[in-house]
Amino acid sequence: MKNESEYSGILIFAEQQEGKIHPISFELLGKGRELADRLGEELSAVLLGHNMKDVAKELIYHGADKVYLFDHPSLRDFDIVLYKENIVDLVKEIKPKFFLVGATHLGRSLAPRVAAALETGLTADCIDLQLDEKGDLIQIRPAFTGNILAHIKTRTRPVMTTIRYKIFEKMKPDTSRKGEIIERKVKLIENTGTRVLRKERERTVNISDAEIIVSGGRGLKKPEDFKLLRELAELLGGVVGSSRPLVDQGWISKDHQVGFSGNTVKPKLYIACGISGSPQHLAGMRDSKIIVAINIDPSAPIFRVADYGIVGDLYEIVPQLIKEIKKRKFGDD
Amino acid sequence: MNEMHIIVLIKEVPDMNKVKFDAERGVIDRSSAPGEINPFDLNALETALQIKEKLGGKITVISMGPPQAERSLRDALARGADRAILLTDKRMAGADTLATSYTLASAVKKVGNFDLIICGEKTVDGDTGQVGPEVAELLKIPHVSYVSEIREVSRDRLIVVSELGDAYLIELKLPGLITVTKDINEPRLPTFKDKMRARKAVIDKWTAEDLSDVADINKFGFSGSPTMVVKVIIPQERVKSCQIFKGENAVKDLVDIFEKKGVLK
Ligand SMILES: Cc1cc2nc3c(=O)[nH]c(=O)nc-3n(C[C@H](O)[C@H](O)[C@H](O)COP(=O)(O)OP(=O)(O)OC[C@H]3O[C@@H](n4cnc5c(N)ncnc54)[C@H](O)[C@@H]3O)c2cc1C
Ligand SMILES: Nc1ncnc2c1ncn2[C@@H]1O[C@H](COP(=O)(O)O)[C@@H](O)[C@H]1O
Repeated sequence: MKNESEYSGILIFAEQQEGKIHPISFELLGKGRELADRLGEELSAVLLGHNMKDVAKELIYHGADKVYLFDHPSLRDFDIVLYKENIVDLVKEIKPKFFLVGATHLGRSLAPRVAAALETGLTADCIDLQLDEKGDLIQIRPAFTGNILAHIKTRTRPVMTTIRYKIFEKMKPDTSRKGEIIERKVKLIENTGTRVLRKERERTVNISDAEIIVSGGRGLKKPEDFKLLRELAELLGGVVGSSRPLVDQGWISKDHQVGFSGNTVKPKLYIACGISGSPQHLAGMRDSKIIVAINIDPSAPIFRVADYGIVGDLYEIVPQLIKEIKKRKFGDD
Repeated sequence: MNEMHIIVLIKEVPDMNKVKFDAERGVIDRSSAPGEINPFDLNALETALQIKEKLGGKITVISMGPPQAERSLRDALARGADRAILLTDKRMAGADTLATSYTLASAVKKVGNFDLIICGEKTVDGDTGQVGPEVAELLKIPHVSYVSEIREVSRDRLIVVSELGDAYLIELKLPGLITVTKDINEPRLPTFKDKMRARKAVIDKWTAEDLSDVADINKFGFSGSPTMVVKVIIPQERVKSCQIFKGENAVKDLVDIFEKKGVLK
């Protein structure tokens, strides 16, 4: 076993795509700052990309004491092997106690490779982190399609974990914060085995960021009926979501899918229309602040997680809702 | 040139729609639901079958699990895999993702001569999606995760669409590994004839000892696992029960709540 006392401080992976920092990175800094302060240790970030100097400063404004910057044209696009090699070398040198990575698709592709190369433990998709009395990290994560919460400890260092988006608060950026940007020499590899040829498709909607979501399920009778839900969503300043069967049938794009094999969401308000509430759907939206269910079947499992419900035909209820909200918002009838 | 060899990693998991959770005792009652192939791994197998149809070759499925996981391997053979290997041994039990990946990677080494490894995006029980990339790292081969489409395939490279927030077109040199999403295809069902044939097929069973020439067996199972579950909580169904609005005022009552909660702006 590695000597634990050699390890100190917290490292976070600052994810960027096309030169823009993913907001999860700031959330990791927020939580990382809190843990680092409690341990009385340092908080660092590792950033890989091209022309990232100014971006690196943002990480300091958001709480980092140090930013290890790998800046090179070949790091502009995500290259799994190149990213992994450079990060592994850094971690071996600076020996952080904890290493936090965002549980985005990019983070969940990268972190396991880094963990395997370091032969250390990695806990996926955590929704909470706690310190025990000895300063050990307790990592809390859902498993079994969201049906259980496991508390996990790691006996190797660094403790690695990926963290779900929108769980932790970021710090208010403070441009007067001081920190150090350390430029690292980039290790280059001739042929890494993968190459990004081009961006294929932009995401049509970023449903994970939405504050209000109106979702439709198999209670909808035809694709055009999403219009009805879209009208309600727009009225509330939100976006449309979907259960999986409708995505599979091509009624709406995958970007809208909520659930275990789609997107995890945590809006202020989630309205489920004609959705039964399967375990796979609940896994993606259970943590919404307010859940409203509209379903014709009073025994539908969705009512068990909903805060409010109306038992009825969505084709009657939704238009009435639209009418009532319009009346209150604009005073017309 | 010899034929294309694809390895598919599959795990047997409980059916999530049937499995029971004991909230009071914090345990999962695995006997409450029959085991089946992890749904995402069916997509992995289907991907392999489609590549084989195009280029010819051979598909080996490998699974680590208890002896009863044999039935999932039979299912994989019925669906068109050519060879099935079950890694089963008490010393492999209690493995976390690193120990699982190490065991699977060791088995891949022993099988040898592969061009492509395909995994599911994640399992419905472990739910980490870590095993694929970890296996790739341990075998020192490149990988692409979250593959939703294969655009081109040849003996020495793939061109795939990978969902990384936005979707990217990525070239992967072989030998390599991909993990696939549910969207990549619609898994085929085995015919009755296929099932009958698979019932009689031979499944290779390897113990820890069988892998000792390629692996350090102390890195298997619980002893090789750096992470430990210290507690499991099965959230009780929420005590706060759902407030149902009824009658002609139902919609008005609901919109009142929206106003009160400040969602109407
Ligand atoms: C590995 C795996 C991953 C999966 N991932 C996901 C995922 O990410 N997201 C997901 O959603 N699913 C996922 N699923 C599928 C999931 O198991 C369910 O099949 C799916 O969620 C059901 O969708 P639904 O609620 O829209 O349809 P149904 O279960 O058919 O429910 C339709 C509901 O609409 C109600 N209804 C009918 N007509 C009306 C009406 N006029 N007005 C009001 N209510 C009406 C019915 O009472 C019923 O409750 C996954 C499955 C597997 C195996
Ligand atoms: N015990 C196992 N045996 C074979 N393959 C596995 C096993 N565990 C995980 N896998 C593979 O790794 C993928 C990701 O699993 P997980 O990391 O558990 O979410 C699965 O979809 C399988 O392809």
